[in-house]
Amino acid sequence: MSEKNLKAPEADAQAGSLDSDVHGPTGADECSSLTRRSLLKAALLFPAVGVLGCGAHESSHSATPGANAASVFFSTEERAFVEAATARLIPDEEDGLGAKGANVAVFIDQQLAGPYGRAERWYMHGPWAQGIPQQGYQLKLTPAELYRTAIRDVDAWCVQNHTGHFAALSGADQDAVLHGLESGDIKLADVPAKAFFTMLLKNTVEGFLADPMYGGNRNFAGWKLVGFPGPRYNYVAEIEQYGKPYTQPTVGILGRDGTLLRRG
Amino acid sequence: MATTLKPVDIVLVGFGWTGSILAEQLTRTGLSVLALERGKYRDTVPDFATTQIQDELRYAVRDGLFEEPARDTLTFRNTMDQTALPMRHLGSFLPGVGVGGAGVHWNGQLWRFLPEDFVIRSHTEQRYGKSFIPADMTIQDWGITYAELEPHYDTFDYLCGISGAAGNIQGVIQPGGNPFEGARQRGYPLPPLKRSYPTVLFDKAAKDAGFKPFPCPAANASAAYKNPLGVQMGPCTYCGYCEWFGCGNYSKASPQTTILPVLLKRENFSLRTQCDVTRINLDSTGKNATGVTYVDEQGRQFEQPAALVICCAFAQHNALLLLLSKIGQPYDPRTNTGVVGRNYAYQITSAVDVFLDEIMNPFMGAGALGQAIDEFNGDNFDHGPEGFVGGGYIALWTTGGRPILQHQLPEGTPKWGAGWKKAMAENYLKSASIATHGSVMSYRDSYLDLDPTYRDIYGDPLLRLTFDYHPNEIKMSGFLTDKATLIAQAMKPRSLHAKPRIGHYSIVPYQTTHNTGGCAMGADPKTSVVNKYLQSWDVPNVFVMGSSVFPQNAGYNPTGTVAALAYWAADAIKNLYLKNPGPLVQV
Repeated sequence: MSEKNLKAPEADAQAGSLDSDVHGPTGADECSSLTRRSLLKAALLFPAVGVLGCGAHESSHSATPGANAASVFFSTEERAFVEAATARLIPDEEDGLGAKGANVAVFIDQQLAGPYGRAERWYMHGPWAQGIPQQGYQLKLTPAELYRTAIRDVDAWCVQNHTGHFAALSGADQDAVLHGLESGDIKLADVPAKAFFTMLLKNTVEGFLADPMYGGNRNFAGWKLVGFPGPRYNYVAEIEQYGKPYTQPTVGILGRDGTLLRRG
Repeated sequence: MATTLKPVDIVLVGFGWTGSILAEQLTRTGLSVLALERGKYRDTVPDFATTQIQDELRYAVRDGLFEEPARDTLTFRNTMDQTALPMRHLGSFLPGVGVGGAGVHWNGQLWRFLPEDFVIRSHTEQRYGKSFIPADMTIQDWGITYAELEPHYDTFDYLCGISGAAGNIQGVIQPGGNPFEGARQRGYPLPPLKRSYPTVLFDKAAKDAGFKPFPCPAANASAAYKNPLGVQMGPCTYCGYCEWFGCGNYSKASPQTTILPVLLKRENFSLRTQCDVTRINLDSTGKNATGVTYVDEQGRQFEQPAALVICCAFAQHNALLLLLSKIGQPYDPRTNTGVVGRNYAYQITSAVDVFLDEIMNPFMGAGALGQAIDEFNGDNFDHGPEGFVGGGYIALWTTGGRPILQHQLPEGTPKWGAGWKKAMAENYLKSASIATHGSVMSYRDSYLDLDPTYRDIYGDPLLRLTFDYHPNEIKMSGFLTDKATLIAQAMKPRSLHAKPRIGHYSIVPYQTTHNTGGCAMGADPKTSVVNKYLQSWDVPNVFVMGSSVFPQNAGYNPTGTVAALAYWAADAIKNLYLKNPGPLVQV
């Protein structure tokens, strides 16, 4: 997908291209001809964003955009855990969509399949030591590995201490488990619970509030909840209108809600 | 084996602000100047285009424009009895990588240091007595005065098209400006930026509390501006994506928007990107540099001969390069001897969040759009009763409202669940944050050296940072936080949340990219790496730029002083060194 394939959106929308180095080989024509499976394979091989752009386009056509998007990193069980956990961290309620409606699990899945999940930018050489909190993350695990290991451990803990896997527990029980992970009161077999919880919560907030082209924040759910109008470019006329609400519709980097539906 | 390349007259290691300034100044001599930059080429178009740059996840959260610890990092510990461990991902500070360096992703908060900051030890001893300075505090005078630097501050103000209100023009205090600033020869080139609502409320509250607020000096253009090099800048649109992003609008001053369009056309200038300088090479006497060794993106090693080597890398990387190249005696805190790595310092910050009844529209902002008071910076107040050295400014900045990282929540808000979500909905649009930005003094046990264990991709030791906040800084920051709280209360918020800096320094949460020291400048080779012209005492054809030469850190953002020192050094190289190469200061 490239910007020349997007019909011009309305004047104030910010449709645009992603830069060339993140497109990789998934160029404009290939995008539509790729099968879902090969697209997902591509997501593992190439920098994620270009592929996600395609995903965003595809999802805007479906009735429940992206909600059923197949996982590119998670197993079925892992996906169920993350769907359930993120739904407790940012619940769907009357006042707006939460993590589930915003497809936060899709976002995390795609992030873990990409450079972030592989800790590509991180210094990952030993020797490994626990250190003190001020020294920061010192686990040998990449984010993807931490999720995989921790989810297995949490589910095992839930089976042992509750009635089944995390996703099958009641909301109250899930909250109790999450609090136990957050405080470190729950000891996991292989990884520090607090480190996992910290990363899960951080990624959940990211998925709720990042640009929708990354798979979460569906229909700008997170931005609409807080009142962020998206990456608009010019507030010269409005910045001195003190105390007045900003009324222009929400935009994302790929345009407004539904912009992509107007493609060819 | 390294391939030896054709010699150049001057080689610059790093191509951010200081490299660009030095290159622009020194190419005027007609000499050949080569800049070696470890990162990629980047320019406003296409890299910072507004159709893609306003992406908080990619740039602010996933560090899109910053250095990658996989290639460049350091190890860290608070104290000498701990084992330093690698900074595995970025956190507390965010050095840039690529053309323009951190000058691409800074906010544009452009300050001058106070006249007293440059003579802090002698001034403090004179006003408060020698015993006022703690025994382990190794602060020292810079060997240069504000008056010597003023013309160079001015040059940079006009290069960048700074928006602001002068407070002191040639000794005459100006209404609406910072009355505490050192005398400037003329006003700012552009008027202040438009004010955001929170800065208006801060301004009124600060006045009500008896202070003299002023618009923060901003390298965000408030109007179209053509700088003295003939480079055109455009007016800021207040989009709120300055810090951690490149500006797509030619409004934020960066090497790309102020210098490079002119410099890159000069025949005697060349730039090679993705070239990692690993050593400054010395001849057999160890007193003369012959050039540098670098590795390109394909892993090929080159020797680049040069008559003059100038270190223009980010602060701590200059110290690392000197240590690896065995230039200057490494600092040893146990014996208190040596100089390279000595006097590392940083910044100490805190915040007071305010939660208001009205809509603040936090997403309308600019990186240096703020209102500040300077009553408690430097020695602008009597430190006697307070019992600490240093100070800082208190400002309300509205840099943007990027929702992942830029949201404030009232004290006691749950970290997740329905309570968190409700608080997000209620407070994102109706909050602001007052920042304190404090000095950090240098100490005997705050320093840089080579790590004994961890290695980089070339097999060289990582730099090791040993640093913690000392009681002097915690006390000073608490003092500033209390004053900020007074102003916050005068804003009549529905609630406020004071967040003082307490406990040990942690490399985890972002604080500032204001790392200083390691190559301190000064008048005495026993306590400094470079002389007042930023020239190595040991190898006179090596100069060192950047905040690495600060002997301690003042209460302001460093870029203004970094740039002024670069112009000052460029003048010395052009007018003194090149006419008679050798030490510019005799001991």
